Amino acid sequence: MSEQLTADVTIDSRGAGCPGPLMDLIGKVKTADSGTVFELQTSDRGSVTDVPEWVEKAGHELVETVEHDDYWSIYVQKS
Amino acid sequence: MTRIVIVGGGTGGTVLANRLVENLEHEVDAGEVEVTLVNDSPDHVYKPTYLYVPFGKKTAEDAVRPLADLVDRRVDLEINRVLDIDTDGETIELQDGHDKLSYDHLVLATGAKLVPEEVPGLVEGGHHFYGREGAEQLRDALADFDGGHLVLSVVGVPHMCPAAPVEFTLMADEWFRQRGIRDEVEITYTYPIMRLHGLEPVSDWMEPRFAERDINTETFFNAEAVDPEAGVVRSMEGEALDYDLLVAIPPHAGDDLVADSGLGDDGWVAVDRYTLEADHAENVYAMGDAADVPTSKAGSVAHYEADVIADRIASEVRGQPPTATFDGKTVCFIEAGMDEATFIEFDYEHSPAMRDESRPVHWAKLAYNETYWLTARGLL
Repeated sequence: MSEQLTADVTIDSRGAGCPGPLMDLIGKVKTADSGTVFELQTSDRGSVTDVPEWVEKAGHELVETVEHDDYWSIYVQKS
Repeated sequence: MTRIVIVGGGTGGTVLANRLVENLEHEVDAGEVEVTLVNDSPDHVYKPTYLYVPFGKKTAEDAVRPLADLVDRRVDLEINRVLDIDTDGETIELQDGHDKLSYDHLVLATGAKLVPEEVPGLVEGGHHFYGREGAEQLRDALADFDGGHLVLSVVGVPHMCPAAPVEFTLMADEWFRQRGIRDEVEITYTYPIMRLHGLEPVSDWMEPRFAERDINTETFFNAEAVDPEAGVVRSMEGEALDYDLLVAIPPHAGDDLVADSGLGDDGWVAVDRYTLEADHAENVYAMGDAADVPTSKAGSVAHYEADVIADRIASEVRGQPPTATFDGKTVCFIEAGMDEATFIEFDYEHSPAMRDESRPVHWAKLAYNETYWLTARGLL
């Protein structure tokens, strides 16, 4: 990830299967202010495709996806 | 004296109380163990009954029995409201008549509640079938509905009974056909994620059936506001759907007690998914809808979890290491219309295998709903 990027909200959904991580993100985005950056931590491989699909549909910005040893961090900014 | 306190007299709490006095029969009879079940109402409610109320197939009264009729006489039944849980002092505070109740083992079976007010306009503009009042109002609205756009929107995830929105939609379709007005009714089903159901095999099963029955679908639809005057439901994704009758699966939340006592966010108790022990306190378990485990909020889950927790607590009482674990087993019937159903079974490691719907499974579901009262008593 870029060095400047820091998340305002971190959502730890590691260990949850689909659609848990995506629903965790949707729930948090729903009540957040515009511009808020989220880091969704997920160990569910499907999230890597499902989350960007929703982010595009909902008109938010997919900032970056970072692969760690046993999970992914998906950074999303609310439009 | 070992004191076991269960908070919540739904399926999980009731089955557990009965299992515990059975597993620890000698200790209970000898006065060495006391099992207390605390519930804020004298009634036990079997919520799956409410699915049938809007279609006039059951009454709201069918869902309710006195808790006292369902629990073993050796269970100390306390009809009271818990105001506070002190997990350090191992006590709970009750609303009436007690200073504090101390426990050696605490089990939270506090369930899930509906919070439709989280979506502006949903209380005024939407119906649901997740409680007595909602189901009866929807029955009256359906009886008056002779045409227009019915929207079934899954707003809250997670929600109780993952099959219910699927069942309601398919049952409504057939109910309108039976009444000869299906041509006058447009039906749309919406779901928050990219497919029709959280469980992919269920979604795959739904797709051809919904298409065959001319049921519209909208995915990635997260309702964020309802305009009851205009009859419009709007989504976070920028979509707007006009409706004449909106039936929603409302947002759910756990009990405030859970968050207030530091046991978990959003009212769901953070637990080990296998042992069901709370992450943030000693000697505390959680079960059923209240437990944050990666499976469905379904009665069968609470039932199987009750067996596990009863075994674990019985072992602990006897000074043995507890070894029983929960593997995520979940069983759900799915009505596919008014006279056919299927069922699914899955756990943490295995996805459900779908079967074609049939009449015998529909009758099995109805029969189970009747024998449920034996399940609650711990007999099945």
